[in-house]
Amino acid sequence: MFKYIENECTDDFLRIKNIFSVNSIKLILLQAENTLLFSELYTYLLTQKISIILISSEVKSSEIKNLIINFKPDLCILKSFQEIKNQIDDYICLYEKQYCVYERKEFILDEILIPCLLLSTSGSTGSKKFVRISYENLEANTKSIINYLSIKSTDITITNLPLHYSFGLSVLNTHLYSGAKVIFTNHSVIQKEFWDLVKEHRVTNLFGVPYTFEILDKIRFFRMDLPNIRLIAQAGGKLNILLQDKYVDFCSQKGIEYYTMYGQTEATARMSYVPPIMSLVKKGSIGIPIPDGRFELRDASNQIVNDAETVGELVYCGPNVSLGYASTRRDLYNPDENSGVLYTGDLAKFDNEGYYYIVGRKNRFLKLYGNRISLEDLEDKLFNLGIEAVCGGVDDNLTTYITDFSKIEFVKKWLSKITLIHSSAFEVKFIQKIPRNISGKILYTELF
Amino acid sequence: MSNIGKIENIFRQEFNLDEKFDLKTLTYQSIPEWDSVGHMSLVASLEDEFNIEMEMDDIIDLSSYEVAVKTLVKYGVE
Repeated sequence: MFKYIENECTDDFLRIKNIFSVNSIKLILLQAENTLLFSELYTYLLTQKISIILISSEVKSSEIKNLIINFKPDLCILKSFQEIKNQIDDYICLYEKQYCVYERKEFILDEILIPCLLLSTSGSTGSKKFVRISYENLEANTKSIINYLSIKSTDITITNLPLHYSFGLSVLNTHLYSGAKVIFTNHSVIQKEFWDLVKEHRVTNLFGVPYTFEILDKIRFFRMDLPNIRLIAQAGGKLNILLQDKYVDFCSQKGIEYYTMYGQTEATARMSYVPPIMSLVKKGSIGIPIPDGRFELRDASNQIVNDAETVGELVYCGPNVSLGYASTRRDLYNPDENSGVLYTGDLAKFDNEGYYYIVGRKNRFLKLYGNRISLEDLEDKLFNLGIEAVCGGVDDNLTTYITDFSKIEFVKKWLSKITLIHSSAFEVKFIQKIPRNISGKILYTELF
Repeated sequence: MSNIGKIENIFRQEFNLDEKFDLKTLTYQSIPEWDSVGHMSLVASLEDEFNIEMEMDDIIDLSSYEVAVKTLVKYGVE
C-alpha cells in the first residue's frame, strides 16, 4: 500500500533503519512526533507489515514501562528512554540520537495472528487499551477518505494534529498515499510560525478538531488572507452550531470545500461525512457513510430502526472496522472479533434524506479538546485516592462533584495533571451527598 | 494594583504558578499548563481584565511573559 524510495530518504532515517533487521521483529513500540523522520520510520515499518504500537511523545516513562511489560515489543523506537533504561533489563541499546532504539535481547517466538497498527483509544489519560487496526482496515479507510475528499497529488497539508491520534494519522496516511505534500511542524495554530509555514508552502488542506476551530475563530481566522486553501475538514467531535455556521458561510463565499466528518479509532478513523454542497442544509449532521461503509440504527432490543427521526444506537459496517482491542501481547494472537460491525455507543437518528444526526451517547465518555475521556475511569482513579466523585458534563467542560469540600482545588489540579488538559476544562463542585437509587446506582440525571 | 501586577497575577493564576516562579523565564510550552488551551484562556483573561480586543498577529506572537507585557503596552496598558 505505502511505498518508500530509499534514495529519497534522509540520512537520519537510513542510519536508524540499518541498525536493525526486520526479519526477527514482529512488534514495535514507536513514539510518534510531527517530524519527517517519524513519518519515514512509520512508512517504512508499514511496508514491512510489522505490528506497530503507536504512542504519543508525551506518554510518561512509567506508562512506557508498563507498555513494555504488557506487550514485550521486539523493538522500541522512543524519543527518550533514559528514565526507564535501568529498569528494563531485557533490552539493549542500538542507537541513541533523535530517537533511541532498543532491541529485546531475546525475541519471543510466538505468532501474531494479524499484523496491525495499535492506536490508543484516548490520547492522554494513558489508557492501556489499544485498538487493533489491520493493514486491510488502514488501506480501506485511507482509500475511502481519499475518494470522498478527492485528495490529489497537488494537495498540500500541514500537521497540526498529533500523529498518534487516529484523525491526525489519517491525514498523514491519505496525503502520503495520494503523493500529496505534508508539511511537518510541532507549532500549533496559535503560533505565528505555523501560519508562516502555511503561507510559505501554500497549504491547501486544513484539518482540525472542534477546539482548533474555536481557536481559529478567536484569532480572527476569517480575516486572514489564505488564497491557497481549497479544503477545510472538521472531525473529532461536534462543533458548536453557531461556529459551524460561520465556517460554512465563510467557506461557501471563498469557494473552499468544507467537510464535517465523523469517526472513531475503532473504525480506523472515519465513518461518515457531509459533502460540501450539503453543508448549508445539513447543519449539525454527521452526514452519510463513507464510500464502502454503511450505517444502521439498532433499538434497545437490537432490532433495526427503519423509520426516520427515530433514535437508536448507531452501528457502522465496513472494511475499516478494527479487529478488536489489545492490552497485552497475547491479545494479538486473537482473530478478528468484530467481523466488520461496530457498535459506536452513540445514539443517533436519520432524516428522510438519509443524513444522520448524533443525539447523545450510550456510554459515559466526554471529549475534552478532542481527547476522549472515560468518566468511569476518572471516577475509579479518584476513588483509589480516597475521593468520592461523580463526573459528567458536556464536551470541553467536565464537571466533577465531590463530597469533601477541602479537596476541590486538589481535584481540579489532579484532573488537569492526569489528562494533560488545561484546568479551564474542569469544574469541581461540592455536594453533601451523592444521589443514588435503592440499588446504589448513581442518579446522574439529578446532577447533570 | 498596578497594571504590571495585574498581568503577573493573571499569569500566575492561569498557569498555577506560585510567587517563587520567575515569570521572566516563562515562554509558550515551557510548562505543560501553557499549551494551546492555556494560551486561549490567558488571552481571554488579559482581554477581559483590560477591556481590549487583541489582533490576531498579537495573539499568535504572544510567546512569552515578556512579550505579553510589551504587547499590552500597544493596547494602552502601562
